[in-house]
Amino acid sequence: MAKQKQNTIRESYGDRLFLAGVYLFLFIVLLVILLPLLNIISSSLSHPSAVVSGEVWLWPVDFSIAGYQAVFDNPNIIIGFRNSLFYTVVGTFINVVLTIMLAYPLSRKTLYGRGLVMAILVFTMLFDGGLIPYYLVVKSLGLLNTPWAMLLPGAVAVFQVIIARTFFQTTIPDDLYEAAEIDGCSDLRFITSVVLPLSKPIIAVMALMYAVGHWNTYFQALIFLRDPDLFPLQIILREILVLNSVDPTMMSNVDQALALAGLREQLKYALIVVASVPVLLIYPFVQKHFTKGVMIGSLKS
Amino acid sequence: MAMGKAIERKDTNVALRQQKRKRNKRFMKKHWQLYLLLSIPLAFIITFKYIPMFGTVIAFKDYNVIKGMWGSEWVGFDHFIQFFNLPIFWTIIKNTLGLSLYGLAVGFPAPILLALALNEVRQGLFKRSVQMVTYAPYFISTVIMVSILIVALSPNTGIVNHFLGIFGLDPRNFMGEPALFKTIYVLSDVWQTTGYGAIIYLAALAGVNPELYEAAKIDGASRFQKIINIDLPSILPVTVILLILNIGNMMAIGFEKIYLMQNPLNVPTSEVISTYVYKVGLIESNFSFSTAVGLFNSIINLILLVVVNHVAKRVSNNSLW
Repeated sequence: MAKQKQNTIRESYGDRLFLAGVYLFLFIVLLVILLPLLNIISSSLSHPSAVVSGEVWLWPVDFSIAGYQAVFDNPNIIIGFRNSLFYTVVGTFINVVLTIMLAYPLSRKTLYGRGLVMAILVFTMLFDGGLIPYYLVVKSLGLLNTPWAMLLPGAVAVFQVIIARTFFQTTIPDDLYEAAEIDGCSDLRFITSVVLPLSKPIIAVMALMYAVGHWNTYFQALIFLRDPDLFPLQIILREILVLNSVDPTMMSNVDQALALAGLREQLKYALIVVASVPVLLIYPFVQKHFTKGVMIGSLKS
Repeated sequence: MAMGKAIERKDTNVALRQQKRKRNKRFMKKHWQLYLLLSIPLAFIITFKYIPMFGTVIAFKDYNVIKGMWGSEWVGFDHFIQFFNLPIFWTIIKNTLGLSLYGLAVGFPAPILLALALNEVRQGLFKRSVQMVTYAPYFISTVIMVSILIVALSPNTGIVNHFLGIFGLDPRNFMGEPALFKTIYVLSDVWQTTGYGAIIYLAALAGVNPELYEAAKIDGASRFQKIINIDLPSILPVTVILLILNIGNMMAIGFEKIYLMQNPLNVPTSEVISTYVYKVGLIESNFSFSTAVGLFNSIINLILLVVVNHVAKRVSNNSLW
């Protein structure tokens, strides 16, 4: 054994190779996700003919914003944007308020009937009545084809209630409550002046999860709405991007000499970018909270 | 002697119960506000979750709008038998199960692999960027995701066919080939949700006692051995729970994405229970028949969940209940 003794254990050759492999793997993963996104952004900023002929890879070719002009000239898209914003803001507010109203009482360990209510909630995660009975309930309440159909049926998500309940249980100490009780503080006042200020992180996570859900869903609109004036952005996107029904007359102010098919592709790329931007803009700011939220949820499923 | 003891115990039991009841009454009186609060969201849950459950009775009736839910005639299991006898029945079941199993086989290990790899890398810019980038697609809506697939895989203008063109391959209509539907569906799902799915495993890995790694280092364990002997056992509980949940949702495979990806060419492999329920129920207005199909699906799901949970309990001591 001619090897010198060292205080630290050196990484073996095999380990270093292994680590290099891990880095390579992660780098490939990074590229696999990033490149398609880059290609879409570049395509949306290139000249239509360059996109169609396949010249665009990761950098715009013959820079042009015709696609974006077409997006913002389309009244349906603007209406969809407006509606989605409304559903997201109002819907998320309703979601968060109702979720806290249910989650906080359930977080009180002495609440009589707590087990029963929890059982009622958990059972909905195991079994559901299916699409048609759900549709008929919404119909019989007279919500079909009204904005309420987008706001009320999914107002409380059981999963979120459980996460919020876990948060309240783990962060609000019992002594705090006992102290408040001695001071003669009512439950409602305790919630508004103690619980809510302490719960900013969970409220942020909840709001974000609900908001992303509202912004991205098309299913509820598909089954409950008929009136185009109420359509959220996702339904408009589906019509243009998936069903391919761009009405040429909708494209005002665009040089007709531009190949219509080319511009159609262009509009698609630009639309993909425009529709994803709002959510992706918010995301970096709340990423930390979001991770925390998932972790809280995983603490006690 | 023993009798006397039993009676005594009974007495104390009764007394205890009475005391408990009193205490509960007092609690409810004092905390009426809490009950008021939770009653409102609970009413929502009852309305939109439980009433539809009772509404599934129309699966055993011949629902018509004029007679209403209670006025329609009972037909027993006719709708179910009708469904089982349809030639399309086996196709739908095969597609649903095939898509779920394929998705599970590829999609379930992917986040675990990513989390383990990320866990090996030191904190820093690279790790943060990988996390951020892999996580981002989760926020892309289903409609946009499918649109990306459609434009990227388009036979004449799509980037994928341009790429194949470089190697002199003929363009293919990917979205129109029934044989490719499952693969496109599953891989795009992996692309979109792996980063999000890795978070929960990373959280579990962050909770591993550092002393374990120290000890392993002193024992001369390689990095790979550490993953096998420390990392994997520590994420096992989370893994089992998620696996149970995933299998329990197997038949409820997502309507949103499949429905958008469907086109007349790929229907033979893309028709699943949820899309079939929608078409028969809401487009063709066969309310009762569609409810029967949906109910069949929900019951299979429930059975699957209970069975898998039981197996997991026996095998690994981790379970939902």
